[in-house]
Amino acid sequence: MRQTVHTIIPNLLEKHYQSLLDGWLACQKREGVVSSQITEEQLADQSHRFLVELRQGAAAGHFDDLSGPEWDSTRSLLDAVATERAVQGFSPSETATFVFSLKEPLFTLLREEIADVDTLARETWAASLLIDKLGMHTVEVYQKGREDVIRRQQEELLELSTPVIQLWDSVLALPLIGTLDSARTQTVMESLLERIVAFGAEVAIIDITGVPTVDTLVAQHLIKTVSAARLMGADCIISGIRPQIAQTIVHLGLELDVVSKATMADAFALALRRTGKAVLDRVKPQENGE
Amino acid sequence: MAGEIPILQIGDCLLVSIQVDMHDRLAMALQDDLTVRIVSSRARGVMIDISALEIVDSFIGRMLNNIAGMSRVLDAVTVVVGMRPAVAITLVELGLTLTGVRTALNVDKGLAMIRRIIDGDGNERARRG
Repeated sequence: MRQTVHTIIPNLLEKHYQSLLDGWLACQKREGVVSSQITEEQLADQSHRFLVELRQGAAAGHFDDLSGPEWDSTRSLLDAVATERAVQGFSPSETATFVFSLKEPLFTLLREEIADVDTLARETWAASLLIDKLGMHTVEVYQKGREDVIRRQQEELLELSTPVIQLWDSVLALPLIGTLDSARTQTVMESLLERIVAFGAEVAIIDITGVPTVDTLVAQHLIKTVSAARLMGADCIISGIRPQIAQTIVHLGLELDVVSKATMADAFALALRRTGKAVLDRVKPQENGE
Repeated sequence: MAGEIPILQIGDCLLVSIQVDMHDRLAMALQDDLTVRIVSSRARGVMIDISALEIVDSFIGRMLNNIAGMSRVLDAVTVVVGMRPAVAITLVELGLTLTGVRTALNVDKGLAMIRRIIDGDGNERARRG
């Protein structure tokens, strides 16, 4: 329920704007918010803009519900501050302190201005309610910002970890680093198939030097990738099989059903041979001469 | 009844481009037409272009396998060309890897593949002969 609270807080904000801002800034500085991530000027500017918005929002007197249109600009300012801080790497409490540290100067101001105990209690309650709401909103936005950062990084990691490289005209290489789970297999497969189409590739070399272990699941994912590439008309060669991996594959009784080579160099040589290319020495060694 | 899927002849190769949804009758008609054409034109290669297909299910997969088998009996090589990446992924997820069928990226590469196989085959025969 939205209800209008009769309070002198908007008037106080209007009248004691400068002292409140100074008090707030001092408070924030004491809390250690000013650090390498944000300069004093930036902080002063943010605080100043926030107080101006707060004054406008509070004038309507809806302290218990911040979703109204009169709080729009206040909220959007807080959104901007919180998102910025999330990206800059502030901690949650540092971000929340931005709003909560306003309590001290505001309460001090109320105590100075109001003599009557009952009124003081009521005004303090209203102010506390308002700042709590604003603080909560800030933390929520901050949290969302952090989650966005994490999600983006996850996506970037997934992209980064599946590069498809063109080695020669119709030869692609796919160096796999890290464990192959279902989600990665999906991205690996998609990017490989897209590149096969884009480059008109006939041979794809899947290098598993960077895959720490090969178990039945990883092998199955490899087989899937190889089969999909084959359906697109590209042959696969698996390279970078380390001695331990070779042993594991045999011990587990896995059947990869695809040409495999120990090193990428061997695989590349085979790929060139299959596509009808050859690498020759430019000058034949003399001692070998006929 | 004549099939609705046209069969084009390029030299000693036949090109079938599947552009419409396949159903039982159409598949049967295609197999009839194709076998007749392989015999009458003495074709050595069959190319099936499925680049227009967005969905390839087990039915079409089996049809492709069947055509490859029939062509083999008639001494012609079958190459399926132009499969889309999404289709390839779906087929693999379904466990349909079309093991009996050769594949190529596009018509161009498919034609080259058929040439290579036929020529290689010819050389071998010549050597044996």
